Amino acid sequence: MKKENIIFSNLYGKHDESIKGALKRGDWKDISKTLKLDKQDIINKIKDSGLRGRGGAGFSTGMKWDFMPKISGRQHYLVINADEGEPGTCKDRDIIRNEPHKLVEGCLISGYAIGADKCYIYIRGEFYNEAKILQKAIDDAYERGFLGKNILGLKINFDIYIHYGSGAYVCGEETALIESLEGKKGQPRLKPPFPANVGVFGKPTTVNNVETIAVVPTILRRGPEWFSNLGRKNNTGSKIFCISGNVNRPCNVEEELGVPLKYLVQKYAGDVIGGWDNLLAIIPGGSSVPLLPKSECENVLMDFDSLKNAGSGLGTGGIIVMNKQTDVIGAIARLAEFYKHESCGQCTPCREGTGWLMRVMKRLENNECTFEEVEMLEEVTHQIEGHTICALGDAAAWPIQGLLKHFKKDILKRIQKKNVA
Amino acid sequence: MSTSKFKIIAEETTQPLAFNFNSENLAKAKKIIKMYPTNFKESSIMPLLSIAQSQNNGWLPKKAIEYVSNFIEVPEIKVLEIATFYSMYNLSPVGKFHIEVCTTTPCMLRGSDSMVDLCKKKLGLEIGEITEDGVFSLGRVECLGACVNAPVIKINENYYEDLDFESLNKLLDSLKMNKKVKIGPQSKRKGSEPVR
Repeated sequence: MKKENIIFSNLYGKHDESIKGALKRGDWKDISKTLKLDKQDIINKIKDSGLRGRGGAGFSTGMKWDFMPKISGRQHYLVINADEGEPGTCKDRDIIRNEPHKLVEGCLISGYAIGADKCYIYIRGEFYNEAKILQKAIDDAYERGFLGKNILGLKINFDIYIHYGSGAYVCGEETALIESLEGKKGQPRLKPPFPANVGVFGKPTTVNNVETIAVVPTILRRGPEWFSNLGRKNNTGSKIFCISGNVNRPCNVEEELGVPLKYLVQKYAGDVIGGWDNLLAIIPGGSSVPLLPKSECENVLMDFDSLKNAGSGLGTGGIIVMNKQTDVIGAIARLAEFYKHESCGQCTPCREGTGWLMRVMKRLENNECTFEEVEMLEEVTHQIEGHTICALGDAAAWPIQGLLKHFKKDILKRIQKKNVA
Repeated sequence: MSTSKFKIIAEETTQPLAFNFNSENLAKAKKIIKMYPTNFKESSIMPLLSIAQSQNNGWLPKKAIEYVSNFIEVPEIKVLEIATFYSMYNLSPVGKFHIEVCTTTPCMLRGSDSMVDLCKKKLGLEIGEITEDGVFSLGRVECLGACVNAPVIKINENYYEDLDFESLNKLLDSLKMNKKVKIGPQSKRKGSEPVR
């Protein structure tokens, strides 16, 4: 990706993250011009840019904003999902601590576009130090007149509040996040009604991911065409990828969507430990998507549609690399443990199912299973998938389905060995 | 849905007899309440519990839950429900240094299990235990969201990243001797940049 197209130029925190440094990097430039635009104009521009949500689902951001009721005078809310907790994902943390002004400016513009004058940033409680940096950025923006009452004399009011989460992965689901913001247990709501009609405090609400909102100001400054020329058709723009696991140099990096997975791993992360041929499998989009075996990783492109066609998903862009020294069954068993821990307990298939999956995966890891149980494991994942209010049930089922799809032979071999012994 | 031992409500003998916000936190709490619509008092439960917990050395006694419930006039059960649902609230005492090791897959792939073992051995603790002098306690957590800096541990509110046997060993030694330790990556890199 060309250097001049990089949005997050301070991703690694090598420069000043304060308002002084941010202004130097071009943040808040032309803000009064942007706020003089018609609200629908901004929404259309974001639609034209092709921006898709960066939090996992990949829904069109402009369209999401357009769902908000257009009657003025009613209270609307913008809620930022900074409850980053998807295993393999750590991009929002870098935005919050190193590019906080991109987020704050994005909140103001997006909030203006959807007719909200209040914004809550729901940040996970563990990001205590990061939230302090963000609070400083918000305070500085107030001081400069970018937030508060009658912003820049344009009769626009906008307030941003930080709400700390307290350790619940499920609150990354938008309706669970809303429940949590209302001071309840983070248990997802049935939809409809969708948050755009009945959201937080019963009012129309848009919930967006940190990265989605943080790229909005740059898109408007440089134009939707600039953004839509990056990446591929229907998968436009750039994205932060987090490359973790068995690589020589785990890192975060911003690249255009549609970049080959192999290129990402080799160029930025210093290749798989032991070389590319030592690769076993990669989870390409955070723990909730099915893994891809090495053969699939050779040519797959990192964007929403390519990964969907390959039987996985872009999710959050968290790339977890496993080399041949990894016990892949153990790695997925650990994810099953994660989902069991994080299930909110509301829907029976998920509450009971995640525990069941965890126990069977543990037994599989320790080679205490029979052939029949492997079949049953697959069946149970299908009984959870699609039968719960939120996607946590699916997310618990998919990694195991991916494992069974690509590594069933290894599982059966392990059981066979025991039977022979 | 946490299964941590720190989520079990402490015995009566450990519970303090009273809890009140100190003046600094009282001012904070009054500010927090103003963040939310007046008919949604419950929204303040989480932030108020967080400041109560940090005032009380990292755990929530029963009196603090009662205090928060009176403070915003919501039923005590609602506050208790929040305190038990969210994993960051501790309901029994933790150490002055509450060490939480992330063991989810990205950290596991980079050796978090041996980090747990080292902590156990070095501190003489099992998961969910606290040392007799109350200095250290040890827990396991799910994904801390710093995967490219794995393995990661969290001590109180700070992250310590890019750990290996040597650096964690040194880190624990320094804490034992009450020496200052560097927060963040223990390697030479800054943040999540692609060097080690």
